[in-house]
Amino acid sequence: MIPEIGHYALVLALALAILQTVLPIWGARAGDEALMRVGPPLAIAFAGFVILSFAALVAVYVQSDFSVVNVVENSHSMKPLLYKITGTWGNHEGSMLLWVLVLALFGGTVALFGSNLPSRLKANVIGVQGSIGVAFLLFILLTSNPFLRMVPAPAEGRDLNPILQDIGLAIHPPLLYLGYVGFSVTFAFAIAALIDGRIDAAWARWVRPWALAAWAFLTVGIAMGSYWAYYELGWGGWWFWDPVENASLMPWFAGTALIHSAVVMEKRDALKVWTILLAILAFSLSLLGTFLVRSGVLTSVHAFATDPTRGVFILAILVAFIGGSLALFAWRAPLLRQGGIFAPVSREGALVLNNLLLTASAAAVLVGTLYPLALEAFNGEKITVGPPYFNVTVGALMLPVAFAMPFGPLLAWKRGDLVGVGQRLMAAFALALVAAGVVAVATEGGPVLAPFGIGLAAFVILGAVTDLAERAGLGRVSPGTMLARLRGLPRAAYGTMLAHAGIGICLLGIVAETSWSSERIIGAKPGDAFPVGGFELRLERLEPRTGPNYRDVAAVFSVRRGGVEEGTVESSKRIFTARNMPTTEAGIRTFGFSQLYVSVGDELPGGGIGVRAYYKPLVTLIWLGAVVMALGGALSLSDRRLRVGAPKPARRKQPAALPAAAE
Amino acid sequence: MTRKGRRLVLIGSALGVLAIAAGLMLYALTDTIVFFRSPSEIAAEHPAPGTRLRLGGLVKQGSVEKQDDAHIRFVVTDGGADVRVGYTGLLPDLFREGQGVVAEGQLLPDGSFRADSVLAKHDEKYMPKEVADALKKQGVWKEGEGVQ
Repeated sequence: MIPEIGHYALVLALALAILQTVLPIWGARAGDEALMRVGPPLAIAFAGFVILSFAALVAVYVQSDFSVVNVVENSHSMKPLLYKITGTWGNHEGSMLLWVLVLALFGGTVALFGSNLPSRLKANVIGVQGSIGVAFLLFILLTSNPFLRMVPAPAEGRDLNPILQDIGLAIHPPLLYLGYVGFSVTFAFAIAALIDGRIDAAWARWVRPWALAAWAFLTVGIAMGSYWAYYELGWGGWWFWDPVENASLMPWFAGTALIHSAVVMEKRDALKVWTILLAILAFSLSLLGTFLVRSGVLTSVHAFATDPTRGVFILAILVAFIGGSLALFAWRAPLLRQGGIFAPVSREGALVLNNLLLTASAAAVLVGTLYPLALEAFNGEKITVGPPYFNVTVGALMLPVAFAMPFGPLLAWKRGDLVGVGQRLMAAFALALVAAGVVAVATEGGPVLAPFGIGLAAFVILGAVTDLAERAGLGRVSPGTMLARLRGLPRAAYGTMLAHAGIGICLLGIVAETSWSSERIIGAKPGDAFPVGGFELRLERLEPRTGPNYRDVAAVFSVRRGGVEEGTVESSKRIFTARNMPTTEAGIRTFGFSQLYVSVGDELPGGGIGVRAYYKPLVTLIWLGAVVMALGGALSLSDRRLRVGAPKPARRKQPAALPAAAE
Repeated sequence: MTRKGRRLVLIGSALGVLAIAAGLMLYALTDTIVFFRSPSEIAAEHPAPGTRLRLGGLVKQGSVEKQDDAHIRFVVTDGGADVRVGYTGLLPDLFREGQGVVAEGQLLPDGSFRADSVLAKHDEKYMPKEVADALKKQGVWKEGEGVQ
């Protein structure tokens, strides 16, 4: 009964989504207020039915109802409850339903909190959101129905892929989808503006919170995915430049560019056409990511069972939305009036540079990801574009971004004073040089470029702090006034500081991990000891154990540093009984921000076991930096000037589509 | 600066960044791509020793030899030809005899292959696409049929 309710709710949701697409946009064209007003209730009802359907699928999983094919293929009655729930989206059908759920939640939120939007804009936004819902619901209902029944029902399921039986599955996909699909809102705003043929600074005010929220979720989502792969795959790598990872990085680059260009548009009424294009690109790249991950056209270390026939359907959605929106852009964008002139050296100029480099990075990742596909289609040659390509291109493009980052917020709008800003950054620069020098001396004989990397990371972090100190008037006013000024600063200022410092923290981790990691691969028998990165590991014992749905052999190592006992670390080989599938559970011990990472391999003929051990200095900063970035985004989001539904300044209420005064 | 001058600076710098980015991509692409080869293709083409390749096929039954120093030898086959592979490290969890595998590394002068990474699948339903295509070419594997 429950599966049928879920299925039926999806069909009803599709009907609602069709109405949601047609009626409000029609109303906006015809100027019919009544038709426009049906948009929000439809969007909320759509969200309600999708929630009901998703809840039904979760319920089916929790009950282990093996008359449903999806549950049989991905669940097992002995599986812990948490993994029964997360298993709902640990497969193709369920994850597409999660995608639509997130879409529906965003659409519902726009409908609920968009009361201060002009009615035409709101009607068009909700209509565009509806059309995305139609496309993906059709995809689910026609090709990937999660509620398909199986007759006769087997007594037991085939269990979830053991690699996915992890808390990471509870965290990573929902966050990633909140990021991916969050850009559907900014996309809808962009299309709505194009349909209307008008756009103004107020548009950027409405769009920025959505872009920021999506960006913050995507940032944490990517970081959590990276950490999950790091500890779960047992290879000790945190980024593989794998198509699936690239698929999430491209919208991140475009989204980062978008949150910056939207600032220019809001504050200075410039870069309008570009901002619209970025909003379209960010969501197009999200769709492309969904296509790459779901169709299996590219070989990925993260790929699970994929089905190419469904890829064609997603490809059609992709072509329709990307092609349609870009065509609309080409047709309508010339109507949008440009305004806000600025000098090359100015805050706007810095943000343009940021945008250029970020979009170029997205393009570099796109080319590297799709080149193998293009080449294979062209001459049948199968190639891989490996990490060296991405390190060279993205590295070279992101270095100037990092170096310019402290300068941006300190430059004045319209016309900046680079020399003055340089003087204000002298302290940060000097401290960064000292840091680089200290590192160079301390790690003499190590990688030559590493001290420069550390210096750059320090400059980014200190530069972010300098901006705040400057705004508070450090050195110019009394400490009391300074504190009062710090308190009075908008939260968005702290948000910028945190987000930029987060980049620096992340960079610090990346440089330290890639430059000074130690690795050791050996075969060890119980009693054997070996050194790795200043530690001594000793294989104490191999211990067989049993878990709820697996058996494992744990290798327990004692850890010593400088002769001092530091406890133990254990890694295990696990065999999941339902699928008879082995996995490796890496053993990780954290010391400060650094980690000791041990994973074991197969048993060796002489009674030993293969062991791979790493010491990774400051590795956790990579993910902590991303969390700090997202916190910055969240803080900016809570700024009352940006809060959804915050009262607007009176001057924004006028129809602001007037052409900006020429200089 | 005039409005026109500013716009020129903007467009000029945009084109500059684009040109640099395009140059970087082309430079990096010519240098870093790795070709996929099946054992039959290696036997037919004799790539020069030292070439970086991705070798894909099935792990030959009974060919896996593990040594106590975590060095592993196995043979990759596609039915048409065999290549001996040496690898030091931990094998992926789903590495099994008779199953699909992709190894990345270099050909040695003696015709064997030194791998620095070995990938197997993540999921028993999943076969790396290149391997599936290479096996289909040799007629060893057909669509919709698991390899056991």
